[in-house]
Amino acid sequence: MMKRKQLVLGNKTLKDVTEDIVAPLERFPSKQWVGMFLSAKALFLFYLVTIAIVISTGMGLLGVNHPIGWGTMIITFVFWIGIGHAGTLISAILFLFRQKWRTSVARTAEAMTVFAVMTAGLFPLMHTGRPWLDYWLFPYPNQRGPLWVNFRSPLLWDVFAVSTYATVSLVFWYVGLVPDFATIRDRAKNKIRHLVYGALSLGWRGTAKSWSHFEMVYLLLAGLSTPLVLSVHTIVSFDFAVSNLPGWHTTIFPPYFVAGAIFSGFGMVITLMTLVRIGFPEFKNYITIDHMEVMNKIIMATGLMVGYAYASEFFIAWYSGNIYERFVFVNRAFGDYGWSYWIMVTCNVLIPQIFWIKSMRRSIPVMFVVSIFVNIGMWFERFVITVTSLHHDFLPSNWGSYAWSFYDTAILVGSFGMFLTLFLLYLRLFPAISIAEIKPVMNVGKEGKGGH
Amino acid sequence: MAKYKQGLAAIFLTEEQILEAARKTRERGFTKFEAISPYPIHGMEEAAGIKRSWIPYVTFVMGLVGLSAGLGLTWWTSAVNWPINVGGKPLFSLPAFIPIMFELTILFAALSSVAAMFYACGLPKVNPPIIDKDLTCHKFAIFIPEDDTGYEESKVQEFFKSLGASEIKKTEF
Repeated sequence: MMKRKQLVLGNKTLKDVTEDIVAPLERFPSKQWVGMFLSAKALFLFYLVTIAIVISTGMGLLGVNHPIGWGTMIITFVFWIGIGHAGTLISAILFLFRQKWRTSVARTAEAMTVFAVMTAGLFPLMHTGRPWLDYWLFPYPNQRGPLWVNFRSPLLWDVFAVSTYATVSLVFWYVGLVPDFATIRDRAKNKIRHLVYGALSLGWRGTAKSWSHFEMVYLLLAGLSTPLVLSVHTIVSFDFAVSNLPGWHTTIFPPYFVAGAIFSGFGMVITLMTLVRIGFPEFKNYITIDHMEVMNKIIMATGLMVGYAYASEFFIAWYSGNIYERFVFVNRAFGDYGWSYWIMVTCNVLIPQIFWIKSMRRSIPVMFVVSIFVNIGMWFERFVITVTSLHHDFLPSNWGSYAWSFYDTAILVGSFGMFLTLFLLYLRLFPAISIAEIKPVMNVGKEGKGGH
Repeated sequence: MAKYKQGLAAIFLTEEQILEAARKTRERGFTKFEAISPYPIHGMEEAAGIKRSWIPYVTFVMGLVGLSAGLGLTWWTSAVNWPINVGGKPLFSLPAFIPIMFELTILFAALSSVAAMFYACGLPKVNPPIIDKDLTCHKFAIFIPEDDTGYEESKVQEFFKSLGASEIKKTEF
């Protein structure tokens, strides 16, 4: 008979679990954490300054111009939104599939989702060029008619999809945190901590009736988040697919984008988890190599799906018999921006194949490097889709190239500053593994006691 | 604000004990007791006689409300209040409105489920009395309020002892 692997190592008691998980937020921060936080914060400040310059001067500082009207902002928006999707996949979809290994990574993956969506959400708002008028995006009664928003536009669907996604992810994450805040409240030795976590816990006391409602709501939110997450990247892909531009106007986009999003998100989860394991060694008993291996398998599988989508796009371009469609795809691989296409294929399709070998899937340095390549590759995927399709369209007189500027780099790099600042603060202030969820699965795979 | 009740609480150290204790407390005819645990325990609903949560009905109804709100909003703004011809598409272009209807369905259903949970669990509570600080960490408890049927302090004390409670407290909850 196949033996189940232990989900929590080191024969922990209930008390040990609580103490291990809240340790990082009860002790004085380590030098490494302070160092990383200060660097991330410096980068974040740099980002804010960049945003201020770009907004006060104008979008012209970026490389966007005719014919490439969508550049770094939209590419990086899709990149970050995609990252968020792995968090929801882990917390909601794997929950519905009763995958118990998800428990120890779900909290941090959800945090990643919330922060990635926050980072992403800024880009379309800035890309409007006049962000002080962004409230025009919402249908509100106004004195211009009232002139309502155009509900037939995929860009408006995006407003609804991303804001719903941000709200529901945040609420889902917070609901899961409530019992853990209560744990921290009851352990608090000083008044301020008791007050802050007491307020965050909303007075949770863990009665059987509350747990019954809590578990039901958790299940409902998982059930609602599952179609939601699929809809969000589907709608993001509609931003492209609903237009008539060759290279964008394809029906494969929704599933292709969703697979890519999950792929890139798992890449980011692996990057962050390897770092969390190094920074907080007590978490190694909860986020085990087995967990990392499972996630690497998902990276490999979704990497193959993405590779299939790349191949299928080329086949359909040829099979359609449409000369514009054929031209765009030949141009994509062998034109001016061919290098970006091959970076994308190498990072997303070729490099993850190393995970066919078991020892590679279980090696922390290898998976860290691969996950970085996946992140790079997936950013280039969005670059390829956006820029190569726009730069050579139907008429040669309408061709041009993207004038990548210093500000493009600054915006892209700076956004990591924002994400990492939020993530590092989260690691210090919130329990990074769900205490109340890990306790019921502690005995899975142990001798004599079984899961259900 | 909810009033807190006086009563007796027994503290237990293992999951098996609390399940057994909840089952026996229910069998003795107590109906207003609370079973407190640091995490959801499999089988506790059956043991303590808790009915299935009613929140899914809220979710379903509010999902339908969200769906209708999405339909109503898009139809009224695009076809009634200020009809504008966009690219020759019909004023009421249903397929294009489906994403909005879908997102509002999810939004309404999710937020109202959470609101219903807050209502059902009596949250938020400001600094409620807790029986023991370890009940959110590694201990479990049964609390029987004074106004429960057949409550008699000495008998309840004895009953808790027979269940193997590690500690018995007169407390507020």
